[in-house]
Amino acid sequence: MTQMQNFSKGFFKENPLLVLVLGCCPALATTTSALNGLGMGIATTFVLLGSNVVISSISNLIPDKVRIPSFIVIIASFVTIVDLIMKAYTPELYEKLGIFIPLIVVNCIVLGRAEAFASKNSLLSSILDGLGMGLGFTMALGILGAFREIAGNGAIFNYKFLEGDGILVFILSPGAFIALGYLIALVNRIRKT
Amino acid sequence: MEYLLLIISAVLVNNIVLAQFLGVCPFLGVSNKVSTAAGMSGAVTFVMVLATVVTYLIQTYILDALGLGFMQTITFILVIASLVQMVEIILKKISQPLYQALGIFLPLITTNCAVLGVAILVIRKEYNLLEGVVYSAATAVGFGLALVILAGIREQLDLVDVPKGMKGVPVSLIIAGIMALAFMGFTGIGK
Repeated sequence: MTQMQNFSKGFFKENPLLVLVLGCCPALATTTSALNGLGMGIATTFVLLGSNVVISSISNLIPDKVRIPSFIVIIASFVTIVDLIMKAYTPELYEKLGIFIPLIVVNCIVLGRAEAFASKNSLLSSILDGLGMGLGFTMALGILGAFREIAGNGAIFNYKFLEGDGILVFILSPGAFIALGYLIALVNRIRKT
Repeated sequence: MEYLLLIISAVLVNNIVLAQFLGVCPFLGVSNKVSTAAGMSGAVTFVMVLATVVTYLIQTYILDALGLGFMQTITFILVIASLVQMVEIILKKISQPLYQALGIFLPLITTNCAVLGVAILVIRKEYNLLEGVVYSAATAVGFGLALVILAGIREQLDLVDVPKGMKGVPVSLIIAGIMALAFMGFTGIGK
């Protein structure tokens, strides 16, 4: 696999959210608006990139038996870093994403890439893989968030272009499930033709 | 009365899966059959209550006492991971039937965000220990309820002609969305 493919596969072919269906919880919870979705995506990308770099660099030092706990500690450290940075510099977004920042640690995408890719590949490939997967996830969250914001609120990036209320249900929890369901169905349809 | 409201709120109004989006992965993953769904909810209930008690004690007597609040994420995930492992070993030793019913689900629970989520929520909502236990047990019941209902619907779905692209995850998500709509009817009960 070329380096370009390592980077680009996260966007469509192996998009973590839309094709592999990993990381559903933050995808449903934080996409009430496009900005929140993108914020969550970027936080996840940072953790993914950091953990991929560290794990790929030291993977031959970690004994095989304690591999998973070690990965979790590394990931948790990066999550703590993101948590503290966001609390200090973007308090508003931090407030909105709430419990889902610490929960990046149990996001299956991060541990999945560590186990399936970073522990077996070179540093450069792992960096590209982490970036690609993270940005692919960010893109999916952005699309979902933009759709929910437009449908639910008649606005995009907090800019309101429609008068009055939107279809309120898309901002609420049922809308999240339904929007993600149709989005995945659409991607399935495109991939198979 | 206060505890009753807490239970109703955690099971129905703020259902962990349908309103708070925690534990969606197992919700979609093990909802093919009612029997596996029931087994999974049993295992989650067990681990969730245990994890809440242990993490609560650690937060109060170690992290808060020593001013190490920023270590919360790392500590909690490690405690939960080792707790799950320990429960698995103990169950295997003392109760073979229980192990066979819950055993296969236990490794999956470490990455179930609902367990870590509830442990953190109990701390953030500043519950005391008893409230924390009641809250986590009720949350687990809510998780089980949603899981078993979805499994029941998906069993029926095998007989239905679902459009090709919608098969599997998408249709489950849409069913979950409709369930979430139904659960919104409980809004306003409790607090």
